[in-house]
Amino acid sequence: MELTASRRNGSISWLVKNKWLTLIAIIVTGSIIFAYATNDVVTIAVLARTIRESTPLILGALCGLLGERSGVVNIGIEGQMLIAAFIAFLANVYTGNLVLAIIIGALAGALLGAFLAFMAVTLKMDQIIGGTIINILAVGLTGYFYVAGLTTRGKLQPISLGPLADIPLIGPVLFKNPPITYLAIILVFVVHYVLFYTRWGLRTRAVGEHPSAADTVGINVYKVRYINVILGGAIAGLGGAYLTLEGVGSFERMMTNGRGFLALAILIFGKWTPFGAWGAALLFGFTYALQTQLQFWGVNLPPQFIGSMPYILTILVLAGFVGRSRAPAASGVPYEKG
Amino acid sequence: MNKNNTQRVDEAPIVLEARGITKQFPGVLANDRIDLTLRKGEILALLGENGAGKSTLMNILYGLYRPDAGEIWIKGEKVTLHSPGDAIERGIGMVHQHFQLVPVMTVAENVILGAEVTRTGGYIDKRAANRRVHELSEQYGLEIDPTVEVDDLPVGLQQRVEIIKALYRHADILILDEPTAVLTPQESNELFRIMHDLTEKGVSIIFITHKLKEVLAVADRIVVLRGGRSVGAALPAESTEASLAELMVGRKVILQVDKDEAHPGKKVLEIKNLKVLDDRKQLVVKDLSLEVHAGEILGVAGVQGNGQREFVEALTGLRSIVSGNIEIAGEDSTQFTPRAITELDVAHIPEDREKHGLVMPYSIADNMVLNRYYHKPFSNNAILNRQAIAENGTELVKKFDVRTPSIYTHAGNLSGGNKQKVIVAREFSRPVKLLIANQPTRGIDVGSIEFIHNQIVAQRDAGVAVLLVSAELDEILSLADRVAVMFDGHIVKTLPIEEATRERVGLLMAGSEA
Repeated sequence: MELTASRRNGSISWLVKNKWLTLIAIIVTGSIIFAYATNDVVTIAVLARTIRESTPLILGALCGLLGERSGVVNIGIEGQMLIAAFIAFLANVYTGNLVLAIIIGALAGALLGAFLAFMAVTLKMDQIIGGTIINILAVGLTGYFYVAGLTTRGKLQPISLGPLADIPLIGPVLFKNPPITYLAIILVFVVHYVLFYTRWGLRTRAVGEHPSAADTVGINVYKVRYINVILGGAIAGLGGAYLTLEGVGSFERMMTNGRGFLALAILIFGKWTPFGAWGAALLFGFTYALQTQLQFWGVNLPPQFIGSMPYILTILVLAGFVGRSRAPAASGVPYEKG
Repeated sequence: MNKNNTQRVDEAPIVLEARGITKQFPGVLANDRIDLTLRKGEILALLGENGAGKSTLMNILYGLYRPDAGEIWIKGEKVTLHSPGDAIERGIGMVHQHFQLVPVMTVAENVILGAEVTRTGGYIDKRAANRRVHELSEQYGLEIDPTVEVDDLPVGLQQRVEIIKALYRHADILILDEPTAVLTPQESNELFRIMHDLTEKGVSIIFITHKLKEVLAVADRIVVLRGGRSVGAALPAESTEASLAELMVGRKVILQVDKDEAHPGKKVLEIKNLKVLDDRKQLVVKDLSLEVHAGEILGVAGVQGNGQREFVEALTGLRSIVSGNIEIAGEDSTQFTPRAITELDVAHIPEDREKHGLVMPYSIADNMVLNRYYHKPFSNNAILNRQAIAENGTELVKKFDVRTPSIYTHAGNLSGGNKQKVIVAREFSRPVKLLIANQPTRGIDVGSIEFIHNQIVAQRDAGVAVLLVSAELDEILSLADRVAVMFDGHIVKTLPIEEATRERVGLLMAGSEA
């Protein structure tokens, strides 16, 4: 009896404590329903696009999240995504096997993750420089090896999840997506669960907050960091594969277009939590979707202005939130034993 | 109580034995053929100055370092410890001087970290963990709430978490590294009670410290290290503070500060109705007023966290002031910057020497001119005069007995006592009117304390007004000419030293009018 009472109190006090979040949720849900009632076709189009545009962003942010939670700042997400996008594209061109191409893209990201971990953990290099090296490498390598005129063999297609896809509004938005988009959503839940409910997560967070505390209880700090950064790299690789295999269908030079950096802003906006980052990624995805829709409508705004909306949002977010949310304490600091 | 305990443990089996432990670091022989035995259920005090090799020895016993030579026997078995994991497995638990706790995690999460009990898929049952921590705290009389974040706990309770952490891992040999360095006197007494309770339950304790009073109060046996070697063993019943200090330092040490009567002159510092906020925007200095005269030491006594830090920061220009007035040598310095205050001939020994006292990656010589590098001869038209800085460094290192391989050594590589000497050297190397010293001897060795105390008294005798803020009541009582007791952001009472008895000041510190 007492327990249920306190739990009910708990959920109410949660709503009160997070009143802004609650308010935003109500406003967002309200406007979606209103928009759907007014113009269902456009609403579904914009929302579905929001989900898909947010996919590479949330994948990039999850990569950054795993790194920073274990104490490694990954500013090379952009480069990891770009190289993975390129390699996944080549795999598709030469094998024609889309599943294989996804796996190869993720592996490419993981390999770059291992490279970053080697620089940051083993060589104890400045992590910003390590990440920058990956970014520069990515631009150089993909630019050099890119051959114009390569054509892909197919693109990942949306999969309808049976009857779920028939639910009005929610069905076409959530349950009629291509595979990497589904995967991204599943990963949000998986990363959250692993990070906050498992032994691995507890150790990862400890290593990111206070590595010597972890070391003194027998946890191998280096190993935890390596594995997290490599797993993060694989997730960023998925984000890259999304761009070439699911989003655009082919490779273009510099096609990540700053998404790897946006992912970092999203990570901060989301306070280093998977769900927070997902919310932020959806917001950014929405600005992309809106920008496409505005162009459809022929709204009389310069396209450059519309195109810059995600970046303006980034500046606002970073200016407003960087000071107020707290990064893992040891994020960016190489660990010295003893 | 001690005597009985000693007899009891004399027959107890040996649980830990170190034989001929030797460890060489570049440039220092940190441990030189050290032998050590620990019996079941005893408290062994390991006494020594900073740099005597205590921490190195303990890190070897905890598996963090590998000895170059020597053997470790645990419960009759010769062991090689490759990592803390090995040591933990054999029942050794360590409470580090700098707590190894993750601040943003709960007590229970910190306790189980690294030794988690999980279900399938690595899932941690947090309720089971909370329950286990609760059981341990009941069993050993270490009251704590497992669900609180460590960040929200006072230091004394954080230490308790560290002890529970060791017990959770079934430790029956506990190493406590300078456990009282961060505690208030009340918290220390509570710790000693816990230590006795633990030995009753069969736990053996190695207690590392350099505080002589504590050793005499709690230890069953004492081993003294100096310069990496074991220089003697003693029983508390047969020792005095003076005899232990002599063993520890290697020469006679005067524990009592020798000083004549003060001859107060004119008013140098006057503070009226000062109000200051802390980092959380709470009012922590509430209407504080006091004055300090030339040629006297005003000691501000008080339990840590009663606004002393914010008070001193406001006084030295590091923190902004809500209202009130500060006058130094007749000038209103309320809105002055730290440099402007320094230029009023004010010396400051800050509470946190690593954060506010020194620039860790700078050389000793550079650190020694931080308060006047922009003056001649140290700089000329914005160009530093390296030679003058080096000469100044060499001279001060000699005069203030800073033990360092070179004046170009980074400040961060010095021991605590030597860091503090660098600060004192810098602050006293120019004529000043006012000295503000906050916790000037916290966590440093007896030899350095003696030296710094004498320096402070010498300043007073030269006519400097000294404001000494300290949480160590002994320090206040032995140095001050007047004692101001700070409680809850106020000066509750100012007493001449003759009337400031330990009992009376203690009561005032606890907030009761006396």
